[in-house]
Amino acid sequence: MLNSIIKIIKDFPGYLWSGWGAIASILLFIACWDIGNQVYGNLVLPSPLETFKTLSLMLQDDMVWEEINTTIYRASVGFGISLVLGSALGLLAGFFATASMMSRPIVTILVGMPPIAWIVLAMIWFGMGDETVVFTVVVSSFPIIFVGALQGARTLDGDLKQMADSFNFPWTMKFVDVYFPHIFSYVFPAWVSGLGMAWKIVVMAELLATSDGIGASLAVARSQLDTPTALALVTIMIGSLMFIEYIILEPIKREVELWRN
Amino acid sequence: MEKLVSKNLNHHFGFTQILKNINFTLEKGQVLSIVGPSGGGKTTLMHLCADLLDVQEGSVINSFVSSSFAFQDARLLPWKNVIDNISIGLIAKGWKKNLADQKSREIALKFGLEDEDFDKFPKDLSGGMKQRVSFARALVVNPSLLFLDEPFSALDIGLKKELQTHLIEMVKDKNLSILFITHDIMEAIRLSDKILLLEADPGHIVKEFDYDLPQEKRDDKFVYVETAKILQDEVIINTFELNSLELK
Repeated sequence: MLNSIIKIIKDFPGYLWSGWGAIASILLFIACWDIGNQVYGNLVLPSPLETFKTLSLMLQDDMVWEEINTTIYRASVGFGISLVLGSALGLLAGFFATASMMSRPIVTILVGMPPIAWIVLAMIWFGMGDETVVFTVVVSSFPIIFVGALQGARTLDGDLKQMADSFNFPWTMKFVDVYFPHIFSYVFPAWVSGLGMAWKIVVMAELLATSDGIGASLAVARSQLDTPTALALVTIMIGSLMFIEYIILEPIKREVELWRN
Repeated sequence: MEKLVSKNLNHHFGFTQILKNINFTLEKGQVLSIVGPSGGGKTTLMHLCADLLDVQEGSVINSFVSSSFAFQDARLLPWKNVIDNISIGLIAKGWKKNLADQKSREIALKFGLEDEDFDKFPKDLSGGMKQRVSFARALVVNPSLLFLDEPFSALDIGLKKELQTHLIEMVKDKNLSILFITHDIMEAIRLSDKILLLEADPGHIVKEFDYDLPQEKRDDKFVYVETAKILQDEVIINTFELNSLELK
Protein backbone atom coordinates (compact mmCIF):
# COMPACT_ATOMS: atom_id res chain seq x y z
CA MET A 1 0.00 0.00 0.00
CA LEU A 2 2.70 2.46 1.08
CA ASN A 3 4.84 1.36 -1.85
CA SER A 4 2.02 2.11 -4.27
CA ILE A 5 1.59 5.60 -2.83
CA ILE A 6 5.31 6.30 -3.16
CA LYS A 7 5.23 5.00 -6.71
CA ILE A 8 2.26 7.21 -7.60
CA ILE A 9 4.15 10.26 -6.31
CA LYS A 10 7.36 9.22 -8.06
CA ASP A 11 5.61 8.76 -11.40
CA PHE A 12 3.67 11.99 -11.05
CA PRO A 13 6.09 14.40 -12.81
CA GLY A 14 6.31 12.02 -15.76
CA TYR A 15 2.54 11.84 -15.84
CA LEU A 16 2.24 15.64 -15.82
CA TRP A 17 4.78 15.88 -18.61
CA SER A 18 2.63 13.57 -20.70
CA GLY A 19 -0.17 16.14 -20.40
CA TRP A 20 1.06 18.50 -23.11
CA GLY A 21 -1.30 16.97 -25.63
CA ALA A 22 -4.24 17.58 -23.33
CA ILE A 23 -3.18 21.18 -22.75
CA ALA A 24 -2.86 21.72 -26.49
CA SER A 25 -6.39 20.46 -27.06
CA ILE A 26 -7.75 22.68 -24.27
CA LEU A 27 -6.03 25.69 -25.85
CA LEU A 28 -7.55 24.75 -29.19
CA PHE A 29 -10.96 24.63 -27.54
CA ILE A 30 -10.41 28.11 -26.05
CA ALA A 31 -9.41 29.37 -29.50
CA CYS A 32 -12.70 28.09 -30.95
CA TRP A 33 -14.51 29.75 -28.07
CA ASP A 34 -12.85 33.04 -28.98
CA ILE A 35 -13.98 32.64 -32.58
CA GLY A 36 -17.50 32.08 -31.28
CA ASN A 37 -17.20 35.34 -29.34
CA GLN A 38 -16.10 37.24 -32.44
CA VAL A 39 -19.05 35.87 -34.41
CA TYR A 40 -21.86 36.20 -31.87
CA GLY A 41 -20.74 39.10 -29.70
CA ASN A 42 -20.20 39.63 -26.00
CA LEU A 43 -23.73 39.18 -24.74
CA VAL A 44 -24.20 35.71 -26.18
CA LEU A 45 -20.68 34.41 -25.67
CA PRO A 46 -18.18 36.55 -23.79
CA SER A 47 -14.56 36.11 -24.84
CA PRO A 48 -12.35 33.70 -22.89
CA LEU A 49 -10.27 36.65 -21.75
CA GLU A 50 -13.25 38.46 -20.27
CA THR A 51 -14.47 35.26 -18.66
CA PHE A 52 -11.11 34.59 -17.04
CA LYS A 53 -10.91 38.20 -15.86
CA THR A 54 -14.33 37.89 -14.24
CA LEU A 55 -13.24 34.59 -12.80
CA SER A 56 -10.12 36.03 -11.18
CA LEU A 57 -12.14 38.92 -9.74
CA MET A 58 -14.67 36.45 -8.36
CA LEU A 59 -11.99 34.30 -6.81
CA GLN A 60 -10.79 37.32 -4.81
CA ASP A 61 -14.25 37.66 -3.30
CA ASP A 62 -14.87 35.83 -0.01
CA MET A 63 -18.58 35.58 -0.75
CA VAL A 64 -17.89 33.55 -3.87
CA TRP A 65 -15.66 31.21 -1.90
CA GLU A 66 -18.44 30.71 0.55
CA GLU A 67 -20.74 29.67 -2.30
CA ILE A 68 -18.09 27.30 -3.62
CA ASN A 69 -17.61 25.78 -0.18
CA THR A 70 -21.34 25.29 0.21
CA THR A 71 -21.49 23.44 -3.07
CA ILE A 72 -18.41 21.34 -2.28
CA TYR A 73 -19.92 20.48 1.07
CA ARG A 74 -23.20 19.32 -0.47
CA ALA A 75 -21.51 17.40 -3.23
CA SER A 76 -19.12 15.67 -0.82
CA VAL A 77 -21.81 14.69 1.65
CA GLY A 78 -24.02 13.36 -1.14
CA PHE A 79 -21.16 11.59 -2.90
CA GLY A 80 -19.82 10.24 0.39
CA ILE A 81 -23.17 8.68 1.24
CA SER A 82 -23.45 7.16 -2.25
CA LEU A 83 -19.91 5.87 -2.06
CA VAL A 84 -20.37 4.09 1.24
CA LEU A 85 -23.91 2.85 0.62
CA GLY A 86 -23.40 2.05 -3.06
CA SER A 87 -20.18 0.10 -2.52
CA ALA A 88 -21.45 -1.79 0.52
CA LEU A 89 -24.87 -2.68 -0.86
CA GLY A 90 -23.46 -3.38 -4.33
CA LEU A 91 -20.96 -5.87 -2.95
CA LEU A 92 -23.59 -7.46 -0.78
CA ALA A 93 -25.94 -7.80 -3.74
CA GLY A 94 -23.11 -9.17 -5.86
CA PHE A 95 -22.27 -11.93 -3.41
CA PHE A 96 -25.82 -13.30 -3.38
CA ALA A 97 -27.42 -14.36 -6.65
CA THR A 98 -30.95 -13.67 -5.42
CA ALA A 99 -30.07 -10.21 -4.18
CA SER A 100 -28.44 -9.27 -7.47
CA MET A 101 -31.44 -10.53 -9.41
CA MET A 102 -33.82 -8.57 -7.23
CA SER A 103 -31.79 -5.40 -7.31
CA ARG A 104 -31.53 -5.16 -11.08
CA PRO A 105 -35.00 -3.74 -11.79
CA ILE A 106 -34.63 -1.33 -8.88
CA VAL A 107 -31.37 -0.07 -10.33
CA THR A 108 -33.04 0.34 -13.71
CA ILE A 109 -35.74 2.45 -12.08
CA LEU A 110 -33.16 4.58 -10.27
CA VAL A 111 -31.05 5.06 -13.40
CA GLY A 112 -34.06 5.66 -15.63
CA MET A 113 -35.67 8.27 -13.40
CA PRO A 114 -34.56 11.71 -14.60
CA PRO A 115 -32.70 13.70 -11.90
CA ILE A 116 -34.99 16.65 -12.52
CA ALA A 117 -37.95 14.52 -11.37
CA TRP A 118 -36.05 13.66 -8.21
CA ILE A 119 -35.43 17.33 -7.56
CA VAL A 120 -39.13 18.07 -7.79
CA LEU A 121 -39.96 15.22 -5.42
CA ALA A 122 -37.17 16.20 -3.04
CA MET A 123 -38.41 19.80 -2.98
CA ILE A 124 -41.82 18.54 -1.93
CA TRP A 125 -40.39 16.20 0.67
CA PHE A 126 -37.56 18.26 2.14
CA GLY A 127 -38.33 21.86 1.16
CA MET A 128 -35.67 24.25 -0.10
CA GLY A 129 -32.28 23.53 1.38
CA ASP A 130 -29.32 21.22 1.86
CA GLU A 131 -31.36 18.06 2.21
CA THR A 132 -32.96 18.41 -1.19
CA VAL A 133 -29.62 18.86 -2.91
CA VAL A 134 -27.88 16.10 -1.00
CA PHE A 135 -30.77 13.73 -1.60
CA THR A 136 -30.71 14.36 -5.33
CA VAL A 137 -26.97 13.84 -5.47
CA VAL A 138 -27.26 10.57 -3.56
CA VAL A 139 -30.09 9.27 -5.69
CA SER A 140 -28.31 9.97 -8.94
CA SER A 141 -24.79 8.81 -8.13
CA PHE A 142 -25.74 5.83 -5.94
CA PRO A 143 -26.88 3.53 -8.80
CA ILE A 144 -23.65 4.04 -10.73
CA ILE A 145 -21.52 2.99 -7.77
CA PHE A 146 -23.93 0.23 -6.82
CA VAL A 147 -23.74 -1.32 -10.29
CA GLY A 148 -19.93 -1.07 -10.33
CA ALA A 149 -19.63 -2.84 -6.99
CA LEU A 150 -22.20 -5.45 -7.99
CA GLN A 151 -20.36 -6.23 -11.22
CA GLY A 152 -17.08 -6.46 -9.37
CA ALA A 153 -18.46 -8.95 -6.88
CA ARG A 154 -20.32 -10.99 -9.49
CA THR A 155 -17.33 -11.43 -11.78
CA LEU A 156 -14.95 -12.78 -9.14
CA ASP A 157 -12.89 -15.58 -10.65
CA GLY A 158 -13.87 -18.97 -9.24
CA ASP A 159 -10.61 -20.50 -10.45
CA LEU A 160 -8.58 -18.05 -8.42
CA LYS A 161 -10.77 -18.73 -5.40
CA GLN A 162 -10.01 -22.42 -5.79
CA MET A 163 -6.30 -21.67 -6.11
CA ALA A 164 -6.51 -19.65 -2.89
CA ASP A 165 -8.25 -22.57 -1.19
CA SER A 166 -5.63 -25.02 -2.39
CA PHE A 167 -2.96 -22.93 -0.65
CA ASN A 168 -5.14 -22.50 2.44
CA PHE A 169 -5.11 -18.70 2.31
CA PRO A 170 -6.33 -17.18 5.55
CA TRP A 171 -9.50 -15.14 4.92
CA THR A 172 -7.69 -11.83 5.31
CA MET A 173 -5.35 -12.81 2.49
CA LYS A 174 -8.20 -14.09 0.40
CA PHE A 175 -9.82 -10.71 0.71
CA VAL A 176 -6.74 -8.51 0.32
CA ASP A 177 -4.92 -10.47 -2.39
CA VAL A 178 -7.66 -12.24 -4.33
CA TYR A 179 -10.98 -10.41 -4.02
CA PHE A 180 -10.07 -6.80 -3.34
CA PRO A 181 -7.88 -6.01 -6.39
CA HIS A 182 -10.53 -7.43 -8.70
CA ILE A 183 -13.42 -5.64 -7.02
CA PHE A 184 -11.46 -2.42 -6.80
CA SER A 185 -10.80 -2.46 -10.53
CA TYR A 186 -14.57 -2.30 -11.01
CA VAL A 187 -15.51 -0.06 -8.10
CA PHE A 188 -12.90 2.61 -8.64
CA PRO A 189 -14.00 3.66 -12.14
CA ALA A 190 -17.57 3.63 -10.82
CA TRP A 191 -16.51 6.02 -8.06
CA VAL A 192 -14.98 8.31 -10.68
CA SER A 193 -18.16 8.41 -12.78
CA GLY A 194 -20.25 8.74 -9.62
CA LEU A 195 -18.20 11.74 -8.59
CA GLY A 196 -18.64 13.37 -12.00
CA MET A 197 -22.36 12.78 -11.76
CA ALA A 198 -22.51 14.19 -8.22
CA TRP A 199 -20.70 17.31 -9.30
CA LYS A 200 -23.11 17.97 -12.17
CA ILE A 201 -26.27 17.16 -10.24
CA VAL A 202 -25.33 19.33 -7.26
CA VAL A 203 -25.31 22.46 -9.42
CA MET A 204 -28.57 21.59 -11.08
CA ALA A 205 -30.28 20.93 -7.78
CA GLU A 206 -28.92 24.14 -6.31
CA LEU A 207 -30.09 26.13 -9.29
CA LEU A 208 -33.65 24.97 -8.73
CA ALA A 209 -33.92 24.40 -5.02
CA THR A 210 -31.64 26.66 -2.99
CA SER A 211 -30.61 30.24 -2.54
CA ASP A 212 -26.91 29.61 -2.06
CA GLY A 213 -24.10 27.62 -3.68
CA ILE A 214 -22.68 27.79 -7.20
CA GLY A 215 -25.96 26.65 -8.74
CA ALA A 216 -27.90 29.47 -7.07
CA SER A 217 -25.25 31.97 -8.19
CA LEU A 218 -25.74 30.65 -11.70
CA ALA A 219 -29.48 31.28 -11.40
CA VAL A 220 -28.78 34.85 -10.29
CA ALA A 221 -26.37 35.39 -13.17
CA ARG A 222 -29.04 34.16 -15.57
CA SER A 223 -31.71 36.48 -14.24
CA GLN A 224 -29.35 39.43 -14.59
CA LEU A 225 -28.20 38.30 -18.06
CA ASP A 226 -24.67 38.34 -16.65
CA THR A 227 -23.09 35.93 -19.15
CA PRO A 228 -19.45 36.46 -18.08
CA THR A 229 -20.29 35.48 -14.48
CA ALA A 230 -22.29 32.49 -15.69
CA LEU A 231 -19.38 31.31 -17.81
CA ALA A 232 -16.93 31.97 -14.97
CA LEU A 233 -19.05 29.76 -12.71
CA VAL A 234 -19.11 27.05 -15.34
CA THR A 235 -15.33 27.36 -15.59
CA ILE A 236 -15.04 26.84 -11.85
CA MET A 237 -17.15 23.68 -12.08
CA ILE A 238 -15.25 22.25 -15.02
CA GLY A 239 -11.85 23.32 -13.70
CA SER A 240 -12.40 21.67 -10.36
CA LEU A 241 -13.71 18.48 -11.96
CA MET A 242 -10.72 18.34 -14.28
CA PHE A 243 -8.39 18.91 -11.36
CA ILE A 244 -9.92 16.05 -9.36
CA GLU A 245 -10.06 13.71 -12.31
CA TYR A 246 -6.71 14.33 -13.97
CA ILE A 247 -4.50 15.37 -11.10
CA ILE A 248 -5.81 13.15 -8.31
CA LEU A 249 -7.75 10.18 -9.68
CA GLU A 250 -6.04 9.37 -12.96
CA PRO A 251 -2.56 8.77 -11.44
CA ILE A 252 -4.12 6.47 -8.84
CA LYS A 253 -6.03 4.64 -11.54
CA ARG A 254 -2.88 4.16 -13.60
CA GLU A 255 -1.05 2.67 -10.67
CA VAL A 256 -3.78 0.29 -9.54
CA GLU A 257 -4.51 -0.89 -13.07
CA LEU A 258 -0.93 -1.45 -14.11
CA TRP A 259 -1.60 -5.17 -14.30
CA ARG A 260 -4.42 -4.77 -16.80
CA ASN A 261 -4.04 -5.21 -20.52
CA MET B 1 3.35 -42.83 7.72
CA GLU B 2 1.82 -40.16 5.52
CA LYS B 3 -0.64 -41.36 2.93
CA LEU B 4 -3.71 -40.52 0.93
CA VAL B 5 -6.46 -43.12 0.95
CA SER B 6 -9.60 -43.00 -1.15
CA LYS B 7 -12.24 -45.51 -0.11
CA ASN B 8 -15.44 -46.36 -1.99
CA LEU B 9 -15.59 -42.85 -3.35
CA ASN B 10 -18.72 -41.92 -5.30
CA HIS B 11 -19.65 -38.52 -6.62
CA HIS B 12 -22.64 -37.01 -8.36
CA PHE B 13 -23.31 -33.66 -10.00
CA GLY B 14 -27.07 -33.45 -9.87
CA PHE B 15 -28.36 -36.76 -11.19
CA THR B 16 -25.24 -37.54 -13.19
CA GLN B 17 -22.83 -39.91 -11.55
CA ILE B 18 -19.28 -38.71 -12.13
CA LEU B 19 -17.27 -41.15 -10.04
CA LYS B 20 -18.08 -44.70 -9.03
CA ASN B 21 -16.41 -46.68 -6.31
CA ILE B 22 -12.90 -45.27 -6.47
CA ASN B 23 -10.35 -47.00 -4.24
CA PHE B 24 -6.64 -46.33 -4.10
CA THR B 25 -3.81 -45.52 -1.73
CA LEU B 26 -0.99 -43.11 -2.38
CA GLU B 27 2.04 -43.74 -0.16
CA LYS B 28 4.75 -41.31 0.82
CA GLY B 29 7.30 -40.82 -1.95
CA GLN B 30 5.07 -42.45 -4.54
CA VAL B 31 3.95 -41.01 -7.85
CA LEU B 32 0.44 -42.12 -8.70
CA SER B 33 -1.05 -41.24 -12.06
CA ILE B 34 -4.67 -41.31 -12.99
CA VAL B 35 -5.00 -41.74 -16.72
CA GLY B 36 -8.15 -41.64 -18.72
CA PRO B 37 -9.96 -39.91 -21.56
CA SER B 38 -11.05 -36.28 -21.18
CA GLY B 39 -14.33 -35.76 -19.39
CA GLY B 40 -13.90 -38.94 -17.39
CA GLY B 41 -14.04 -37.33 -13.95
CA LYS B 42 -10.29 -37.08 -13.38
CA THR B 43 -10.37 -33.47 -12.27
CA THR B 44 -13.34 -34.09 -9.99
CA LEU B 45 -11.43 -36.93 -8.36
CA MET B 46 -8.42 -34.68 -7.89
CA HIS B 47 -10.52 -31.91 -6.37
CA LEU B 48 -12.08 -34.38 -3.95
CA CYS B 49 -8.63 -35.59 -2.90
CA ALA B 50 -7.36 -32.03 -2.50
CA ASP B 51 -10.39 -31.04 -0.41
CA LEU B 52 -11.49 -28.47 -2.99
CA LEU B 53 -14.80 -30.31 -3.27
CA ASP B 54 -16.82 -31.87 -0.48
CA VAL B 55 -16.91 -35.66 -0.42
CA GLN B 56 -20.47 -36.95 -0.83
CA GLU B 57 -20.07 -40.70 -0.49
CA GLY B 58 -17.14 -42.75 0.68
CA SER B 59 -14.07 -41.20 2.19
CA VAL B 60 -10.79 -39.50 1.42
CA ILE B 61 -8.24 -39.61 4.20
CA ASN B 62 -5.25 -37.37 3.68
CA SER B 63 -2.52 -37.67 6.32
CA PHE B 64 0.17 -35.79 4.39
CA VAL B 65 1.52 -32.91 6.43
CA SER B 66 1.37 -30.45 3.56
CA SER B 67 0.17 -30.32 0.00
CA SER B 68 -0.02 -27.95 -2.92
CA PHE B 69 -1.77 -27.87 -6.25
CA ALA B 70 -0.57 -27.08 -9.77
CA PHE B 71 -3.52 -26.47 -12.06
CA GLN B 72 -3.93 -27.12 -15.73
CA ASP B 73 -4.12 -23.39 -16.37
CA ALA B 74 -1.59 -21.35 -14.44
CA ARG B 75 -4.12 -19.44 -12.28
CA LEU B 76 -1.77 -16.61 -11.40
CA LEU B 77 -3.07 -13.50 -9.69
CA PRO B 78 -3.09 -10.97 -12.55
CA TRP B 79 -2.37 -8.04 -10.22
CA LYS B 80 0.78 -9.54 -8.75
CA ASN B 81 4.18 -9.78 -10.36
CA VAL B 82 6.08 -13.03 -10.86
CA ILE B 83 7.84 -13.09 -7.49
CA ASP B 84 4.74 -12.09 -5.54
CA ASN B 85 2.80 -14.82 -7.31
CA ILE B 86 5.37 -17.45 -6.42
CA SER B 87 5.75 -16.35 -2.82
CA ILE B 88 2.02 -16.26 -2.13
CA GLY B 89 1.92 -19.82 -0.80
CA LEU B 90 4.76 -19.06 1.61
CA ILE B 91 3.08 -15.84 2.75
CA ALA B 92 -0.12 -17.81 3.37
CA LYS B 93 1.92 -20.09 5.61
CA GLY B 94 3.05 -17.08 7.61
CA TRP B 95 6.53 -16.52 6.18
CA LYS B 96 8.10 -13.06 6.40
CA LYS B 97 7.84 -11.17 3.13
CA ASN B 98 11.57 -10.74 2.50
CA LEU B 99 12.40 -14.36 3.29
CA ALA B 100 9.54 -15.57 1.10
CA ASP B 101 10.72 -13.30 -1.74
CA GLN B 102 14.26 -14.56 -1.47
CA LYS B 103 13.21 -18.19 -1.57
CA SER B 104 10.88 -17.44 -4.50
CA ARG B 105 13.70 -15.81 -6.45
CA GLU B 106 15.88 -18.86 -5.95
CA ILE B 107 13.24 -21.27 -7.17
CA ALA B 108 12.26 -18.97 -10.04
CA LEU B 109 15.84 -19.04 -11.33
CA LYS B 110 15.86 -22.81 -10.98
CA PHE B 111 12.74 -23.03 -13.09
CA GLY B 112 14.31 -21.07 -15.91
CA LEU B 113 12.84 -17.64 -15.20
CA GLU B 114 15.23 -14.71 -15.39
CA ASP B 115 15.91 -11.68 -13.22
CA GLU B 116 14.30 -9.33 -15.69
CA ASP B 117 11.05 -11.32 -15.57
CA PHE B 118 10.61 -10.98 -11.82
CA ASP B 119 8.71 -7.70 -11.89
CA LYS B 120 6.49 -8.59 -14.82
CA PHE B 121 2.76 -9.08 -14.48
CA PRO B 122 1.19 -12.29 -15.82
CA LYS B 123 -0.24 -10.43 -18.83
CA ASP B 124 3.34 -9.93 -20.05
CA LEU B 125 4.33 -13.59 -19.72
CA SER B 126 4.11 -16.31 -22.36
CA GLY B 127 2.03 -19.41 -21.66
CA GLY B 128 5.12 -21.45 -20.88
CA MET B 129 6.45 -18.85 -18.48
CA LYS B 130 3.12 -18.66 -16.68
CA GLN B 131 3.21 -22.41 -16.22
CA ARG B 132 6.76 -22.20 -14.83
CA VAL B 133 5.58 -19.61 -12.34
CA SER B 134 2.64 -21.80 -11.39
CA PHE B 135 4.98 -24.76 -10.87
CA ALA B 136 7.39 -22.69 -8.84
CA ARG B 137 4.49 -21.48 -6.70
CA ALA B 138 3.37 -25.04 -6.01
CA LEU B 139 6.86 -26.31 -5.22
CA VAL B 140 8.30 -23.39 -3.26
CA VAL B 141 6.19 -24.35 -0.26
CA ASN B 142 8.04 -27.66 -0.22
CA PRO B 143 4.91 -29.78 -0.12
CA SER B 144 4.86 -33.35 1.01
CA LEU B 145 2.15 -34.13 -1.52
CA LEU B 146 1.78 -32.44 -4.88
CA PHE B 147 -1.44 -32.46 -6.91
CA LEU B 148 -0.81 -32.09 -10.62
CA ASP B 149 -3.82 -31.56 -12.86
CA GLU B 150 -2.53 -31.94 -16.43
CA PRO B 151 -0.05 -29.13 -15.92
CA PHE B 152 2.01 -30.03 -18.99
CA SER B 153 -0.76 -30.14 -21.54
CA ALA B 154 -0.14 -26.66 -22.94
CA LEU B 155 3.65 -26.86 -23.03
CA ASP B 156 6.15 -27.67 -25.76
CA ILE B 157 8.12 -30.91 -25.43
CA GLY B 158 11.32 -29.18 -24.31
CA LEU B 159 9.72 -27.36 -21.41
CA LYS B 160 7.62 -30.41 -20.58
CA LYS B 161 10.72 -32.53 -20.19
CA GLU B 162 12.52 -29.85 -18.19
CA LEU B 163 9.70 -29.55 -15.66
CA GLN B 164 9.34 -33.32 -15.45
CA THR B 165 13.05 -33.63 -14.70
CA HIS B 166 12.65 -31.14 -11.84
CA LEU B 167 9.81 -33.22 -10.46
CA ILE B 168 11.75 -36.47 -10.71
CA GLU B 169 14.62 -34.82 -8.84
CA MET B 170 12.30 -33.70 -6.08
CA VAL B 171 10.74 -37.13 -5.80
CA LYS B 172 14.21 -38.60 -5.37
CA ASP B 173 15.76 -35.93 -3.13
CA LYS B 174 12.84 -34.86 -0.99
CA ASN B 175 10.69 -37.95 -1.15
CA LEU B 176 7.91 -35.90 -2.74
CA SER B 177 4.62 -37.69 -3.36
CA ILE B 178 2.58 -36.81 -6.42
CA LEU B 179 -0.99 -37.41 -7.45
CA PHE B 180 -0.89 -36.81 -11.16
CA ILE B 181 -3.74 -36.51 -13.62
CA THR B 182 -3.13 -36.78 -17.32
CA HIS B 183 -4.53 -38.05 -20.57
CA ASP B 184 -1.01 -38.48 -21.94
CA ILE B 185 0.15 -42.06 -21.39
CA MET B 186 3.81 -41.34 -22.16
CA GLU B 187 3.91 -38.64 -19.54
CA ALA B 188 2.40 -41.01 -17.01
CA ILE B 189 4.89 -43.75 -17.82
CA ARG B 190 7.84 -41.40 -17.43
CA LEU B 191 6.78 -40.20 -13.99
CA SER B 192 4.68 -42.80 -12.23
CA ASP B 193 5.19 -45.69 -9.87
CA LYS B 194 1.63 -46.68 -10.42
CA ILE B 195 -0.92 -45.81 -13.09
CA LEU B 196 -4.64 -46.12 -12.55
CA LEU B 197 -6.78 -46.27 -15.63
CA LEU B 198 -10.06 -44.41 -15.24
CA GLU B 199 -12.88 -45.24 -17.60
CA ALA B 200 -15.60 -42.65 -18.16
CA ASP B 201 -19.39 -42.60 -17.59
CA PRO B 202 -19.23 -42.86 -14.64
CA GLY B 203 -15.54 -42.67 -13.82
CA HIS B 204 -14.31 -45.92 -12.36
CA ILE B 205 -10.92 -47.60 -12.17
CA VAL B 206 -10.59 -50.45 -14.64
CA LYS B 207 -6.92 -51.36 -14.43
CA GLU B 208 -3.69 -50.72 -12.59
CA PHE B 209 -0.16 -50.70 -13.98
CA ASP B 210 2.99 -50.72 -11.84
CA TYR B 211 6.47 -49.50 -12.78
CA ASP B 212 9.35 -50.41 -10.51
CA LEU B 213 12.31 -48.87 -12.32
CA PRO B 214 13.30 -45.62 -10.51
CA GLN B 215 12.18 -42.56 -12.49
CA GLU B 216 15.67 -41.15 -12.98
CA LYS B 217 16.70 -44.34 -14.75
CA ARG B 218 13.87 -44.25 -17.22
CA ASP B 219 15.20 -43.12 -20.57
CA ASP B 220 13.27 -42.34 -23.74
CA LYS B 221 13.64 -45.91 -24.89
CA PHE B 222 12.02 -47.24 -21.73
CA VAL B 223 9.14 -44.81 -22.13
CA TYR B 224 8.58 -45.66 -25.79
CA VAL B 225 8.77 -49.40 -25.24
CA GLU B 226 6.40 -49.29 -22.26
CA THR B 227 4.03 -46.99 -24.11
CA ALA B 228 3.93 -49.32 -27.09
CA LYS B 229 3.31 -52.20 -24.73
CA ILE B 230 0.51 -50.49 -22.87
CA LEU B 231 -1.18 -49.39 -26.07
CA GLN B 232 -1.63 -53.06 -26.99
CA ASP B 233 -3.53 -53.61 -23.77
CA GLU B 234 -7.12 -54.56 -24.39
CA VAL B 235 -8.45 -52.43 -21.55
CA ILE B 236 -6.55 -49.34 -22.70
CA ILE B 237 -7.83 -49.80 -26.24
CA ASN B 238 -11.40 -49.97 -25.01
CA THR B 239 -11.11 -47.13 -22.52
CA PHE B 240 -9.67 -44.69 -25.03
CA GLU B 241 -11.80 -46.15 -27.81
CA LEU B 242 -8.69 -46.58 -29.93
CA ASN B 243 -10.13 -49.28 -32.22
CA SER B 244 -13.07 -47.16 -33.34
CA LEU B 245 -10.68 -44.57 -34.76
CA GLU B 246 -8.76 -46.80 -37.10
CA LEU B 247 -9.00 -45.99 -40.78
CA LYS B 248 -11.27 -48.33 -42.60
